[in-house]
Amino acid sequence: MSPRILANTTSRILRQLRHDHRTIGLMVVVPIVLLTILYFMFEDAPGVFDRIGLIMLGVFPFVIMFLITSIAMLRERTTGTLERLLTTPMHKADLLFAYGIAFGIAAAVQAAVAASVAYFLYDLDTQGTKGLVILIAIANAVLGVALGLFSSAFARTEFQAVQFMPIVVLPQILLCGLFVPREQMAGWLQAISDVLPMTYAVEALQEVGANAEATDTLWRDLGIVAGCVVVALALAAATLRRRSP
Amino acid sequence: MEAAIEVRDLVVKRGKRRVLHGLNCSIPSGSVTGLLGPSGSGKTTLMRAIVGVQLVESGSVTVLGEPAGSRRNRGRIGYLTQDPSVYPDLTVRENARYFASLYDGVTAADADAVIANVGLADQATQLVGTLSGGQHARASLACALVSRPPVLILDEPTVGQDPVLREDLWNQFRATAAAGTTVVVSSHVMDEASRCDRLLLIREGELVADDSPEAILAMTGAKDLEASFLHIIRSRESVR
Repeated sequence: MSPRILANTTSRILRQLRHDHRTIGLMVVVPIVLLTILYFMFEDAPGVFDRIGLIMLGVFPFVIMFLITSIAMLRERTTGTLERLLTTPMHKADLLFAYGIAFGIAAAVQAAVAASVAYFLYDLDTQGTKGLVILIAIANAVLGVALGLFSSAFARTEFQAVQFMPIVVLPQILLCGLFVPREQMAGWLQAISDVLPMTYAVEALQEVGANAEATDTLWRDLGIVAGCVVVALALAAATLRRRSP
Repeated sequence: MEAAIEVRDLVVKRGKRRVLHGLNCSIPSGSVTGLLGPSGSGKTTLMRAIVGVQLVESGSVTVLGEPAGSRRNRGRIGYLTQDPSVYPDLTVRENARYFASLYDGVTAADADAVIANVGLADQATQLVGTLSGGQHARASLACALVSRPPVLILDEPTVGQDPVLREDLWNQFRATAAAGTTVVVSSHVMDEASRCDRLLLIREGELVADDSPEAILAMTGAKDLEASFLHIIRSRESVR
């Protein structure tokens, strides 16, 4: 890896994003709109927004970054820029980490805005700090980036790429404990839930909701999410071949 | 003259189809070599093998004394793909500067110079996605030239360009070759063939001619290269 190539590639990806005003607007505004809907849905049910709104702060960056990264990487493949990059001194890891860092930065902005709206406008109440919520949201976003980089290898068209969202993202949201507490799930569903990284991100957020100080469970869960990021990036690197048929 | 690129018994399959059938050639350094042949003849596949992104069945490709695609060679080769491969959502300058930044010692000033060389100085701050087809292709060419590599592999660099610009680009290719760069240019336009030092004619994955334009003309006795190639192909087919 080369720090110079990594830094230049990260800023190139951010520059592409900067030229796309509508995407930036959507990234910032959509979570706010969804939080607003949630808030008014549960306006008369005390405590529900504190529970669901908090989890959503982790779900949005994951979903959005997964989608954006899948499409961005697919574009690199279909426009030939990926093949060109692989003929330069760039290392495969430079490219993958650059995507992780660039979209991680974008996710940090998104998470900070969404969390601020949730806390100040909608009185989200957590025992732990807002900073920890944002940290978990960023980890989740980077997880979305890593899974997006990996799954884009199996798509040849944008149509196929977006189909990976229901496959990769939806089961994680259904089984993470948001709809049914994990303890009440059938054993086999719980077993699936146990191996899905989102489960741990949600548990970490719930820890922030319930405890004033960062707990060991929280750090363990963040560690698991980080480990999943590394595994997904390694798998993504394995699918990036310099030579193709 | 020393060979910059050596291709030995190269066999490439794409899918179930054999695209190159044991191709041999050596490309001298400091020259412009034209790779000619109809669409689908294997020109792009040969270029991809030289750059080191093509999976090959058997045979070897050596570039500057090292296997094609080696780590060191990746800093020494510039590749222009047939379809423009630049970022449409960046400006011409941002693209050129980004590709410049991937190489050691290549500066933003080099990027600006190469933009001017391909005639895009006035479009430098324009998004590539908003350029015309010919300009888009030149933006891609700028990114291949920017690191001033010792080997340039250019897949149809002048398609769709206006005649004045084409003339100018060819003069640049000739000038870089004169300065020692090995330039390989593919084309399916025969009138460009006469501008090359050496011609490789590929047809259906086989090399049917490998000589200087003058020698090919003399050998076939035809009035131009188009007629020479027809002559070569017909005489091969009659042998079969």
